[in-house]
Amino acid sequence: MASTRMTSGGEIGAWEMFLYRFSKWLRSPRPYLMVLGFVLFFGAWFLLSEVFKVWRFASLPGPRQVLHEWFSRNPVYGMSLYTPDYYMHIGMSVRRVLYAFVISTCLGVPFGLFLGWSKNFRDFTFPVFETLRPIPVLAWVPLAIVMFRADETPVIFLTTLASFYATALNTMLGVQSIDESYPRAAACLGASRWQIFRHVIVPGALPFIFTGLQISVGVAWFSLVAAEMVSGEYGLGYLINSSYVNVQYQVIIIGMISVGIVGYASSALVRLAGDYLMQWRVRELALGAGR
Amino acid sequence: MNAPDLVAASPSAQHAAKGAIRIQNVDKRYYAREGQVQAVSDCTLDIRAGEICMIVGPSGCGKTTLLNAIAGFHDITGGAIYLDGQMLCGPGKPKAEPGPDRVVVFQNGALFPWKTNLENVAFGPVVQGRLRKKQAAEKARGMMADAGLAGVEHNYPGEISSGMRRRVEIVRALMNDPKVLLLDEPFRALDSLTKSVMHEALLEIYYKNKVTTFFITHDLEEAIFLGHRVVIMTTRPCRPKLILEVDIPHPRNYSVLTSPRFRELMEETVNAVHEEAVKAFEAGEKEM
Repeated sequence: MASTRMTSGGEIGAWEMFLYRFSKWLRSPRPYLMVLGFVLFFGAWFLLSEVFKVWRFASLPGPRQVLHEWFSRNPVYGMSLYTPDYYMHIGMSVRRVLYAFVISTCLGVPFGLFLGWSKNFRDFTFPVFETLRPIPVLAWVPLAIVMFRADETPVIFLTTLASFYATALNTMLGVQSIDESYPRAAACLGASRWQIFRHVIVPGALPFIFTGLQISVGVAWFSLVAAEMVSGEYGLGYLINSSYVNVQYQVIIIGMISVGIVGYASSALVRLAGDYLMQWRVRELALGAGR
Repeated sequence: MNAPDLVAASPSAQHAAKGAIRIQNVDKRYYAREGQVQAVSDCTLDIRAGEICMIVGPSGCGKTTLLNAIAGFHDITGGAIYLDGQMLCGPGKPKAEPGPDRVVVFQNGALFPWKTNLENVAFGPVVQGRLRKKQAAEKARGMMADAGLAGVEHNYPGEISSGMRRRVEIVRALMNDPKVLLLDEPFRALDSLTKSVMHEALLEIYYKNKVTTFFITHDLEEAIFLGHRVVIMTTRPCRPKLILEVDIPHPRNYSVLTSPRFRELMEETVNAVHEEAVKAFEAGEKEM
């Protein structure tokens, strides 16, 4: 036959796939460029603030001071890798983001699916949704504090809000991106409306849903920090804000870098989950087959 | 394939009379940006049970509109369509229900990329509740093997060649024992070599199942090679312009293409197709 048959020497496991991609990554220029990027960033910061003490940068703590404080067993301001308080702040923030992310996903994905799937539902909810969406999280702070009297709930509410928008909107776009041949084919094959929803709409929207979730987890981090700066006790946002009040600039930067690292890790986790759920895409892309 | 007993120019004589489609005075108007479009007008056509009926017309002539009406994706604005005497759509019921008795194979392919080839093929009977998952998988495996698709069951459609994908899609359709197979330029995106392989594969599958095949194409050579009859359509509004009985006996293979009779049939029809193509070109019809 003219068409080449793909060799299918059994299943390609997730672990083999990971090793394959990792070794390919190591042989590409990408990791080295990544390191170079960080070196340039920290180098520039170091030169500007500590070596040349350029105007406006001179008052910033330099990377050497920050790293010294961060790795110190006996930190001047009581916050370093060796103090339990540091981990408590991270832990609190991670917990809040986790709650917010779970809530916004559980609400946002179904909401977005229905927005995309049902025209009537979209017609009566989407305008309201679009009106609420541009309102910044900080504008919700007073209402959140009035509505939720406990300590944790206003922060979680504020963090959930922006994530929910990102998830719902991307999920809706995901449904709308599905080629109309797929639901038609399913209808031809005898699928009911509900079966089409389950077997075509949900998996078809999955790539967009995961794009949405990656945005959502990032958005959760920045609304969390904003929320923690205004209300709540503990958490990285709280740490940053209280260090500002107490004029502990090194600690501010330690908090900022920590948010960056934890945020990066959380979106990497979401990406991994997406790859796991969308083996078909991973395999298609990895093998560069078809097309 | 050794099935000389199944061979006939007119298959309806020997085979179970299921899957006869009667298209009666069908009319389809719709509104687009350029105003009212008369896609199909007063179109009457009888498709015999068990035949391969090739519908030829230039791109955008309205032939896909006709297929969509039979499949139940779109309504019609006049006339009626019957399947084995039962009205699919017509007065009082402008749109047919899509269903597994009329399965479509799409122009750009519509295998679900998130299901493996086997899951795709087994999909129909499972969602209809006709077979359990396991039984369906078993049947699917058998049918795939018969169609030369052994070995790709657990691959995703994105991992196999486009020719293979088409074959999987045809098998997925046949899993439902449809009365009619509706093919909408299924081999359009394939290169000509793969296409020739697919033609023979399609015929081989057809000889086993003898399912009525409504095949849309704009490739006259493909039409004469595959079809019992070739219906050349006028361009918008779409209706039969010329119906050609292809008297080359089945089973056919690619040597048919060089036979004198094939050349004669090409000559008889090529002008009619060309005329419509020029009309379509001048009207500036866009791809539908």
